[in-house]
Amino acid sequence: MIINHPLLGPRDSAEFTYLGDAKMIERPDWESETAAQDFYEYAYLRDNPAGIHRELWFHEGGDRSYLVVTRDTVTHEISNVELARDVARKLGRSK
Amino acid sequence: MSQINRLEGGQIDRNQPLNFKFDGKSYAGFAGDTLASALLANDVRLMGRSFKYHRPRGPLTAGSEEPNAIVELRSGNRQEPNTRATTAELYEGLTAKSQNRWPSLAFDAMAINDRFSNFLTAGFYYKTFMWPAVFWEKVYEPIIRKAAGLGSLSLLDDPDEYDKGFRHTDLLIIGAGPSGLMAALTAGRAGSDVILADEDFAFGGRLNSETFAINDEASDVWVQATIAELSAMSNVRMMTRTTVIGAFDHGIYGAVERVSDHLIMPAAGKPRQILWRIYAAKTILAAGATERPIAFENNDRPGIMLASAMRSYANRWAATPAQRVTIFTNNDDGHSTAADLHAKGVKIAAVIDSRADAPRSLDYEVVQGAQVVDSKGRLGVKFVEVKLADGSSRTIECGALGVSGGWNPNVHMTCHQRGRPTWNESLAAFVPGGTLPPGMTVTGAANGDLSTHMALKTGAAAAKAALGLKGRSAKTPTAEDAPVSQTPFWYVEGCSRAWLDQQNDVTVKDVKLSHQEGFRSVEHLKRYTTLGMATDQGKTSNMGGLAIMAELAGKSIPEVGTTIFRPPYTPTSIGVLAGRMRGKEFHPTRLTPSHYWAKERGAVFVEVGNWLRAQWFPIAGETHWRESVDREVTATRASVGVCDCTTLGKIDVQGSDAATFLNKVYCNAFAKLAVGKVRYGLMLREDGIAMDDGTAGRLAEDHFVVTTTTAKAAAVYQHLEFVRQCLYPDLDVQLISTTEAWAQYAVAGPNSRALLQKIVDPEFDISNEAFPFMGCGNITVCGGLRARLFRISFSGELAFEIAVPSRYGDALMRRLMDVGEEFNVTPYGTEALGVMRIEKGHAAGNELNGTTSALNLGMGRMVSKKKDSIGSTLSERAGMNEENALMQVGIQPLDPADKITSGGHLMAADGPVDAAHDQGYVTSAAFSPTLSSMIGLGMLKDGGNRQGEKMRLVSPLTDLTVDVEIVSAHFVDPEGERVRG
Repeated sequence: MIINHPLLGPRDSAEFTYLGDAKMIERPDWESETAAQDFYEYAYLRDNPAGIHRELWFHEGGDRSYLVVTRDTVTHEISNVELARDVARKLGRSK
Repeated sequence: MSQINRLEGGQIDRNQPLNFKFDGKSYAGFAGDTLASALLANDVRLMGRSFKYHRPRGPLTAGSEEPNAIVELRSGNRQEPNTRATTAELYEGLTAKSQNRWPSLAFDAMAINDRFSNFLTAGFYYKTFMWPAVFWEKVYEPIIRKAAGLGSLSLLDDPDEYDKGFRHTDLLIIGAGPSGLMAALTAGRAGSDVILADEDFAFGGRLNSETFAINDEASDVWVQATIAELSAMSNVRMMTRTTVIGAFDHGIYGAVERVSDHLIMPAAGKPRQILWRIYAAKTILAAGATERPIAFENNDRPGIMLASAMRSYANRWAATPAQRVTIFTNNDDGHSTAADLHAKGVKIAAVIDSRADAPRSLDYEVVQGAQVVDSKGRLGVKFVEVKLADGSSRTIECGALGVSGGWNPNVHMTCHQRGRPTWNESLAAFVPGGTLPPGMTVTGAANGDLSTHMALKTGAAAAKAALGLKGRSAKTPTAEDAPVSQTPFWYVEGCSRAWLDQQNDVTVKDVKLSHQEGFRSVEHLKRYTTLGMATDQGKTSNMGGLAIMAELAGKSIPEVGTTIFRPPYTPTSIGVLAGRMRGKEFHPTRLTPSHYWAKERGAVFVEVGNWLRAQWFPIAGETHWRESVDREVTATRASVGVCDCTTLGKIDVQGSDAATFLNKVYCNAFAKLAVGKVRYGLMLREDGIAMDDGTAGRLAEDHFVVTTTTAKAAAVYQHLEFVRQCLYPDLDVQLISTTEAWAQYAVAGPNSRALLQKIVDPEFDISNEAFPFMGCGNITVCGGLRARLFRISFSGELAFEIAVPSRYGDALMRRLMDVGEEFNVTPYGTEALGVMRIEKGHAAGNELNGTTSALNLGMGRMVSKKKDSIGSTLSERAGMNEENALMQVGIQPLDPADKITSGGHLMAADGPVDAAHDQGYVTSAAFSPTLSSMIGLGMLKDGGNRQGEKMRLVSPLTDLTVDVEIVSAHFVDPEGERVRG
């Protein structure tokens, strides 16, 4: 596969390691009333879609960015690549 | 001349005669021959024995789709089993042996299997070797293993090298027949970057085997002119002997270039083969088509081959399998074989055409509306039995039979990403359909356009379209454009031992049996009968099997469907897939800064991940590793020892939020760590299980140095980047791995301070008062060399770790040894390191094994509840905090001579020994020279409250039962006085 890195352009997927569902960015609030359940779901529950999936890839053999790659798990077509940091900011994870 | 079946003409070089040996017998051929063509020219039709029934076999084809003529090429450490004689290029001195026969090819004892064929039908193994179960490993499997398989391995190391390479191109063209050549010409002239790859050693594809004209000249004239023009273009890369083996994601193709397979051995410095990874913006698949046989009784005798292959041998290689030949066809193509062979002086006994209206010939007899129903001849065909239109029989004498059942487009590569071919009724064949791999166009015969004219035309058009070229294209050369109509004719009615898959010995009867026994899905059929599962992947057999299945099921072929084609297109050697990654090059080897010094000292090394670490340092007179290790431990605890601990991961953490960041990733508190102090830290996974441990030293307000275990260095770094970028994207913190930037040595033992004082520059006070336990700081050593000093201890002794820039690591080790002589300084390796940490009760990888929590490790109270850190919430779950949770303990045998085994389980002193009564297990074990006994660390239920309890350590696997006592995990200096001294 070829991943179109937002900063570095098209790169072979062999330069990356795969982490998993991009939902891992959305780490729950530890002080919430429902923290125990939230963290359980966060740690263990993953969707396994045949189709569009947003997932984290780490550019280990490159600039060490985490990317959020939107990939069709059936065709491997990649429709979007973002810096995970930008995604995290959009989700309100700035301090 | 001995080549009695050699004809006139052909593309062989008669000025270059070549000598070769097959089964020990010498033969001669010419440059340009394949092993198969040269053997046929020498009147050798018999080239192998079949897989199951050991039936005599000769070549069915003249290409890479060959199921039968599979030989063992070369000898000694270059021996190469299961090589297709039809693609093996002849070279001077080639040696080949037939396979799967004993004692000889002509007389094979295992041919007895053929007599018992009624028992050896589909599913034979499943049905026969069912019981008793214990027989499987001891009796059945060895017998089957001995009987199964074709070639044999040399079991020697392959002396040749294999490489990997990367190429990028605008247009990859797969196949250099008329269509591929025309596409390359069109794209090349437009200036595009082109790779033209063909598995053959000569470009031209089917044109090399035909007598067609292009532009009213012999096609060879056009082929040679085209090759010359393309070769002159710097933007076109021509790759012969290169098989594109697979179409992968996003326009990435795998291709194997056989650089040296046609030579007796590779030229100096050249690899045997190269695996290319080709990144192609666009691809044209011009892979041609494969002729399909017609099944009839005993259709597998040597001399019976595809009519197109017979034509290839005659036209390209000037060879014929026999001087008297019969053709069996259901289409016009079979007749061209008769015409071409007749023109070369081969006697055509008859053309048997199943069509009642088959075209007649003035040169030879055509038998209309007839079918070949059987063949005879012990080691090769001598007679064929023909059923005439009126139902009567006729026997024809011949040395070879050419069979033509029409052509199947080579759609394989279009299916590598789950594309499904579609059925073309007028061709009675599957053609590319559905979704092709992105960027791919299929042209010529591979797309079902079977005439030369269409091949040329579609090749040019596809190149223009793929590259978006404007303007008029060059004129398509004129060529034959015969209309092609194919009618299905898969097998002769009434046949049973008629071979479909000749390599795996699957007959029409087997397919019928499979259907009868309920294996009706095409994927089940394939697995039950092994149809299409041999090294040729059923290129000549799948369609026949499908057609019979369809007929039995009362469905059409497209309703039955096809099996999925998967890479590689042709068998690929493990060597080329491995490339240079074999032996010592399988993974990188990382050497520690003191490696060469340790080697000089005679150290024994151990692989730790990619690292080579000194395991122990034997001295004169030591014959057993335990002697060395015991001495190293004792000497360190008595005076001072030095160990290279560079391999521990080091991560530099800098920024104004560095402390905040560490507070998130360590379960214990870090925010208030003072500058100049080190703290032990435990990292949890989000599920509350321990991930890794290490230390973090604060060198400045905004600068920490984190250490990890050797094994987890990369994983921890990756995890910290995840936390930094994905969870806290705006913390002011930067990370970089500095594992290899600093050489770091543990200096341990009561004299460690005295030793270090000899090298630490005098302005730095490292006395106990000025530099207490868990202190750290930047210092200089040896007169100004910058260094970092950490007062931390893994051994339980007064100890330091000193780090200098890596390039000074070797010098520092030598200096420590020099100045340490008066203290009897002792270098120690990973074994002594391990012994001392077990004696001290420090957890390591064996304890942090991915199942243990902070609580299990005796560090439950370290998990801060006042802050959020990775894993803190889930480590509070009730199930992880049960009263009898496993806790780390020490284990000592009651009899010091008894053995403690890592992996053994702890059971009550009496009572049953079984999983239900399991109390815990041993994680680490070592002989402690300090206690003169074996000791162990382990996990025990409610271990914190069971000190002094007598238990049994059992290992049923190794038949071990030892009486042990549960003790403190801190065998040495439990109060921690030494480290603070």
